[in-house]
This record gives sequence, C-alpha cells and structure tokens, in this order.
Amino acid sequence: MKPRFQLRYWNHVNGWLLVLPAVFMISLFTHYPIVSNVFHSLFSTGTVTRPATFIGLENYMYLMDDDIFWKVLSNNLVYSMCTIPISIAIALGMALLINCNIKGRSLVRMSFFTPTVLPMIAVANIWLFFYTPEYGLFDQVFAFFGGDSHNWLGNPDTTLRCLIVMVIWKESGFFMIFYLAALQQLSPELKEAGLVEGSGRWYYFRRVTFPLLMPTTLFVTVNAVVNSFKLVDHLIIMTKGGPDNASSLLLYYIYENAFSFWDTSYAATLTVVLVLILAVITIIQFAVVEKRIHYQ
Amino acid sequence: MSTIILKDVCKSWGTALALININFECRNGELLVLLGPSGCGKSTTLRLIAGLETPTSGIVEIGGRDVSNLPPVKRNISMVFQNYALFPHLNVAENIIFGLKARKVPKKEQKKRLENAAELLGLSDFLKRKPAQLSGGQRQRVALGRSIVAQVSVCLMDEPLSNLDAKLRQEMRQEIRSLQQRLKMTMIYVTHDQVEAMTIADRIILIKDGVIEQHGTPEDLYNLPATAFTGSFIGNPPMNILTPDAPVMAVCSSLLSAKEAATPYFVGIRPENIKISGDSGIKVSVEATEYLGADTLIVCRSAEQKITLTVKGKADVSAGDHLRLNWKPEHIHLFDAGNGKRMKGSARGITP
Repeated sequence: MKPRFQLRYWNHVNGWLLVLPAVFMISLFTHYPIVSNVFHSLFSTGTVTRPATFIGLENYMYLMDDDIFWKVLSNNLVYSMCTIPISIAIALGMALLINCNIKGRSLVRMSFFTPTVLPMIAVANIWLFFYTPEYGLFDQVFAFFGGDSHNWLGNPDTTLRCLIVMVIWKESGFFMIFYLAALQQLSPELKEAGLVEGSGRWYYFRRVTFPLLMPTTLFVTVNAVVNSFKLVDHLIIMTKGGPDNASSLLLYYIYENAFSFWDTSYAATLTVVLVLILAVITIIQFAVVEKRIHYQ
Repeated sequence: MSTIILKDVCKSWGTALALININFECRNGELLVLLGPSGCGKSTTLRLIAGLETPTSGIVEIGGRDVSNLPPVKRNISMVFQNYALFPHLNVAENIIFGLKARKVPKKEQKKRLENAAELLGLSDFLKRKPAQLSGGQRQRVALGRSIVAQVSVCLMDEPLSNLDAKLRQEMRQEIRSLQQRLKMTMIYVTHDQVEAMTIADRIILIKDGVIEQHGTPEDLYNLPATAFTGSFIGNPPMNILTPDAPVMAVCSSLLSAKEAATPYFVGIRPENIKISGDSGIKVSVEATEYLGADTLIVCRSAEQKITLTVKGKADVSAGDHLRLNWKPEHIHLFDAGNGKRMKGSARGITP
C-alpha cells in the first residue's frame, strides 16, 4: 500500500510544480489586482497630507447618486446594444458572402479585414476627418446632395451614434475572420445534401449553417461584449467623452477618474462595478447559450 | 418512368477533360454500377445526374425529361453521400425528415414516412440520438433513411460503403440490394471496388480516364472483357495480360488462326484457367505463393513476364520451384496491342 500512496502523492506534487509558473503569473497580474482593487474601493483617496482611511461602502453610496455614472452606464448600454448585434450580423453576412465562389474574392476579403489591422489611433483619426464639419467626408457628400453641414461629433444627439458606426466598421471585419474560419470547416457534402433534399438558401442557413456556427457565435459575442466595455482609445482622440458626457463610456469614465481627477479609490469602485457587470453577462451567456450549442 | 439517359455528355474544367462523350441508359428499376479507378470520372458522372454539376455539353434525361440545367431539387432524386452528410446537430429523426420539412410535406405524412423508414432500417430505437452517438453502419442507415422517405424512384449512391469495415460492407451491400429491389428504385451506384460492383449490379459501366470502357452485365464484363483494361480490372486476382514473346507463343501459336497472328496483340488469360501440367506448356519459376484457404495464388515468372494462377486448395509448390503451365484455346482472350480493344471475330475467351 505504501509505495502506491507515495506515487500518487508525487503525481500531485509534480502536477502542481508544472502549473506553478502559470498560477504565479495569473495570481500576480489578475487575481491580486482584483483583490487589491476591491480593497482600495473601500478606502478614501489618500493624499500626501491626508492618508487613505477606511470608509466602508461610502464610495458605493456616492456612486448611486452620481448622475454622470448613470449617464455613462446608459450610454454604454446603448452602445453595446447597437454595436454587438449589428457588427456580428454584418460579420456573418460578409463571411457568407466571401465563402461563396465569387470573382475577386481575395480582394473583397482583404478589404473587409483591413479595418481590423489598422491601429486604433489611426482609425480614430481617419473617422475624425470623416465627421469634420464642412469639409469632412460626410458633410461633403451631404453638400453634394444639397444638405446642410453638421457638427457630427459636437452634437450630443449624434456623437454616440457616430462612435457606434465607426466601431461597427472596425469590429465587423475582425469577427468575420472567425466566422469565415468556421464556415470553411463545414463539409461541402452537407451543403450538397441540403441541395438534394430541396432546402432553399434561407432554410439551409436557419436549420444547418447557423446552428453549426453557434460555438463561433458564442465566442464572438463574448469578445464583442468585452470589447464594448473597454473602448477608450477612440474616445480620447475623437470626443474626450463630450459634449457633456454624451459619448462617454464606462471605462473612459474610470480612466478620467483615475488619471485626470486622480480620484483613484472612486475609480476602483467603478472598476468593481464594471467587472461585476461583465461577469454577470458572461455567466448568462454561457448558461443560456451553451445548452443550445452543438460542438463537433 | 424514371429511366436515366445520358447523351453525349462531356464535362471539362478549363482544359482538363473529366468526361468524354458519355452515353448510357439506366432502365427503370435497374441497379447500375459506375465502376472505375480513382479519378476516372465516375463520381463526376453521378454528380452530373444529381445536378451538383452541370455538363459542359450533352443532355441528361430523367424519366423522359431533359434535366441538364435543372437544380437538384427539381430532378426528383435522392442521394447518399460517401461520408453520409448527416447534419451533426440534428438527431436521427430530424436528419431523416430534413428534406420533408424543407419541402413542406404535411406533419402527419412526415411522421408516417419516418416510422416506416425507421422500421425498415431497424433505426426505431435510435431516433433521438445524434449522429456522433451512432456506429458507422447505423449512420449509413440514417443516410439511406433520408433517401427512402423522399419517396422518389431515383436513388444515387456515391461510394456509400467505403467508410465501413469489410464485414459490415458485405452486410450493407446485401441490404441495399434487397431494399432497392423491394422499393423498385432505379439506382446508380458509384464504387471503385469491383467485388462490390459484381455482386450488387444488374449492369456495370466501367469508366477509365473519362471514357466508358465497357457497359454490360457483370457476366459480360468478366467473360467477354471489351478491353485489356476491363480484363485486368475485373476479377481478383486480375486477368494476366501477356505480350506474345517466344515462350508464350510456344503455347499459343498453334491455337491461333493465321489472320489473328498477323496483327500485334496481347494475350489475356484468367488465373483460374491456367493449369499446371506435367510435361507440356510454358516453363516458369515460382516467385511467391499465397494460401487463401479455398485457393492458393501462385505468382510465377517466365522471362520478363509475370503470370499469376490460382489452384484449388493448398498447392504443394514453393518459391523457386520450376513448373510448366498450360491452358485451353477457348480460355484465351485476344486484345489489339494498339488500342487495347478485344479482337473481333474471335469466339474465344468464353468461360464455360
């Protein structure tokens, strides 16, 4: 009995030794920051003369009464609700299109994917030009048809929409690549069987292609959700969250609090809320969608 | 009713010719096998009939209707694919009635046909399972089921048994044949396995390099091969195709007429028609023997040529032995050395 116990014991030790580097890295850069973040959100922001003191849930109480927080959160929800479904739908459409045998396919594929490989800052600058009043691309097009000039990014009614359009443009090509990869995994025999069985394009898509793409859809959706809550770069270049926070999103608000207002403990509080929101959404996604997915 | 006719059908991809002037007729209720080596164009022919490809020129007719440019749906056919093409996310029942739903067959009718097919194929207990939870033979049955419930009289099969193990293949072969006869289906069946073709077919079309080599009953192909290729493709072990060198001529010349001997030719002789004789015949040395139970395969060499023969039971020879081989004149097949075609006017080669 004894040697067998020892063998098993050493197996466990070996196992733990092997995962140790990964555990160390994840602990240092993921777990520790989360715990530390929650800890800091329970303290006031310290200064040189006034050290941080424990204030319990006071930051959270303040957050409940913070109009800007609610404004930013609702902006973010609108932003997510628009960018996620639309960019995924466009991505799927583009992937289906490219997957057909059309002439000039590789050119189309490249042009669809280009927005994704451009640096964020470059994209923001390009679109900043598009939206410029009077001589920007959109205004020139409108002027050609006799329209007025618009201050697209300066108007609280249109600024968030402008941001949404740009992000859809950028994200779709990225998600398309995943759909394209998944589509190319599907056996052409299935398509032929569908043709022989008399299924039309839409019926085949609804009954076969789309269900078989569900694992990809889940993956893409999780990514899209995370992306929609982590947009900062474009805001810094294009609107700085303005006017009047009309285009500010949650992570940008956190960034402002932490690095513009130096209210780090309130930024920590906002971060806790953001992480909670993402965790809840992801759990729901997996719990609901996972059951309906067929993995090959 | 559901006779399938191909008239002068050609298919090419760019400059590559896949099929050249294919002409044949598959009669109503017949099981026709398209046989040939890999890449000969047999699957392409089937796909042309199914409507998954369109012919470059020529006409495909099903049931007296020109369907050359119609999509598969409108051709009233069903098809079983090599890898079954089952939808992995749908269960057996859903897979079988997939086409019925697409064609909006009434629910009641769907259920009835499903039950019939499931019973016929012994799938009744598996209807709720996903394809991944089935064995190869069961998956094959589901694919057959999909084809049966369509209730169309034409069924196309693209190497349906190539993914099964040998024993199961034999079982399914018989099952498909009896199903075809019971449901009176017109079936075109593609395979590269000549044993499968011989056992299942009413008639066989042997294709090589996009051209029909021979179209006939299994007996025709075996007994009267139209070309040297047919002779060497049908039969296991294949027919010996010998060039008439001096040792072979020593046995053959007295058996040939003067006219026959005048044109260059090959001599074809089936392994089972070669006899070991005591004193007369061609001198050979044994290279290898294979004991197969009922027969023994003996591979011999005479000068540059290999000659294979089979003898009943266990033969008492081993590698290195010297033998004399002989055969009867009626067992010789003569093929033109130029084009490989069977030489006309020769009544020889009919195995009694």
